[in-house]
Amino acid sequence: MTQPLLDVDGLKVDALFGRYAHPIIRDVSFRIMPGEAYGLVGESGSGKSVTSLGVMGLLKKPLRAAGGEIRFKGRNLLTLPKREMRRLRGNRIAMIFQEPMTALNPLSTVGRQIAEMFVLHQDKSWAEARELAVKALESVRVPNPDRRARNYPHQMSGGMRQRVMIAMALACNPDLLIADEPTTALDVTVQAEVLRLIKDLCAERGTAVLFISHDLGVIASICQRVGVMYAGCLVEENETRALFSNPRHEYTRGLLGALPRLGSRSLHGRQRLVDIDSIIADRSALTETRFIAPRDGQEERP
Amino acid sequence: MTISTATPADGPLLQVDDLHVRFPISGGGLLGAGRRMLHAVNGVSFALAKGECLSIVGESGCGKSTTALAILGLQEPTDGTIRYRGRMLSGPGAPGRMQRAKAVQMVFQDPYASLNPRQSVRASLAAPLRLHGITAASEISDRIEAMLADVGLTPEQAVRYPHEFSGGQRQRIGIARALILEPEIVVLDEPVSALDVSIRAQIINLLLDLQEKRGLSYVMISHDLSVVEHMSDRVCVMFFGQIVEEGGWRQIFETPAHPYTRRLIAAIPDPEVAMGRRAGAERFAGVPSPRGRDFVSDGRVAPDVFVPPAPSELVEIAPEHRVRLALSARSADVP
Repeated sequence: MTQPLLDVDGLKVDALFGRYAHPIIRDVSFRIMPGEAYGLVGESGSGKSVTSLGVMGLLKKPLRAAGGEIRFKGRNLLTLPKREMRRLRGNRIAMIFQEPMTALNPLSTVGRQIAEMFVLHQDKSWAEARELAVKALESVRVPNPDRRARNYPHQMSGGMRQRVMIAMALACNPDLLIADEPTTALDVTVQAEVLRLIKDLCAERGTAVLFISHDLGVIASICQRVGVMYAGCLVEENETRALFSNPRHEYTRGLLGALPRLGSRSLHGRQRLVDIDSIIADRSALTETRFIAPRDGQEERP
Repeated sequence: MTISTATPADGPLLQVDDLHVRFPISGGGLLGAGRRMLHAVNGVSFALAKGECLSIVGESGCGKSTTALAILGLQEPTDGTIRYRGRMLSGPGAPGRMQRAKAVQMVFQDPYASLNPRQSVRASLAAPLRLHGITAASEISDRIEAMLADVGLTPEQAVRYPHEFSGGQRQRIGIARALILEPEIVVLDEPVSALDVSIRAQIINLLLDLQEKRGLSYVMISHDLSVVEHMSDRVCVMFFGQIVEEGGWRQIFETPAHPYTRRLIAAIPDPEVAMGRRAGAERFAGVPSPRGRDFVSDGRVAPDVFVPPAPSELVEIAPEHRVRLALSARSADVP
């Protein structure tokens, strides 16, 4: 049986306010296989971004990991020395964010910022790295990569900047790419192009993806397996197709019914959207029930 | 109401004709050299009927928000007319802000940015009433109470300040603020795109309920096509300052004719398509260009906004369904 690439096991994260610890993530477990695209979906405050920060080792005060393990290729990231973690981050695990403008350095050309990845993680000389950076830009389908490498972030459009972020993230051929709402700030047609790009590149290189979004449509178009987060808990997990055709958790059903879906009006007429708050009477009971479907051909082992 | 005049009952509530908005942009040159005009809106025309929801869709920079601002009177049109019940809303003889406020109001994308953080909900709702001559304290509180109940808030919440509310509640306050003067037209500028999925559903349901209950007419500006399909009666698709396709929601979403409209619809991540349960963008392929004429643009290449667009016309291809085609005379000019 193949070993999972990322194995989040019983993760607990607290926010520490003085002596009082407020639970943010309560016992979240999921696995990502090598080359698999896994989606985490949920509303703001459900804990999906904090989970990804935990995987990147970027939890800062007042957040702290209070329990569980995050195993990446068998090594527990939560106990890894900072130095080791820094070697892994950007190299084996890379991340792209929602707003590329805040993640890019405005005072440095994008070519230099991509080249830095090769210098830091692969011991290349700057001259070599610069050439590799242009190649990286070409691979994310930036037209005129040679000229674009000399641009500063503000000279580029939102879609172009997100491409630069993807080029940077994939520069060292990471095993895992974490994408945190990478297309939320983009126009629909640009979003479609960027999603296509992430999907193609990761499939080509066998990179696993942890894709975080509030948009079920985006998740469905990119991920094979989806986890639904609610109030710091993973309430349902299943293959994408099964989750959409047969949602078992009350909250998942609410989430699916709350979205107007393209084409449903012409099929069924205008139906009232589901108000999740009205169907969920007791929120604490909700986080206790969980539906986690086992993976195909793999029975859960103790 | 002061503006309303004797108009035939069947006439449109709002009529926009050949609206142009251009912005002067100063170039880098000395002595005013390089001063150019940015063509933001180029000849937009549409009519809004009473009780109808008309959506204007398009991507950033297509001029949809400028069009909305022109309707609200916050942006003076360079050319063209906007009529409300047959009376001019722009140009000389246009009504002042006070009168206009009773006819058209706006709900903004980010309610937190559009509410005064130092005013309680009551103060924020009472100010427009006082300005419009309603001074009796009892009437003001009655109307505020009724308004809050309509948007799903309790009267006790009126004494609170915007920061004490959640995002969805703030948008409810934004809607209450827009409706307190009982306008006939409400411009919705991306009313739900800043909200979370579950709250989005509540606000969409609320907007549809209010429309039915009060007979409101909506002009909705949005880039979220699934929300547009759900809410609209008619849809205008804008691309760089022009309407490229216009029609009923069914026509736009089931038989889109313009390549740009098709591209927009195909770009929405659709779970049904992703799982192969429904045909994707291919379902639109093979529909020939109407009447064998060319489209001005297929929406792939961004045109130069400093040059007025090539001449074109909206051609009716089905009842109430129009699409923008290049002028047929153009090919004849070329020897």
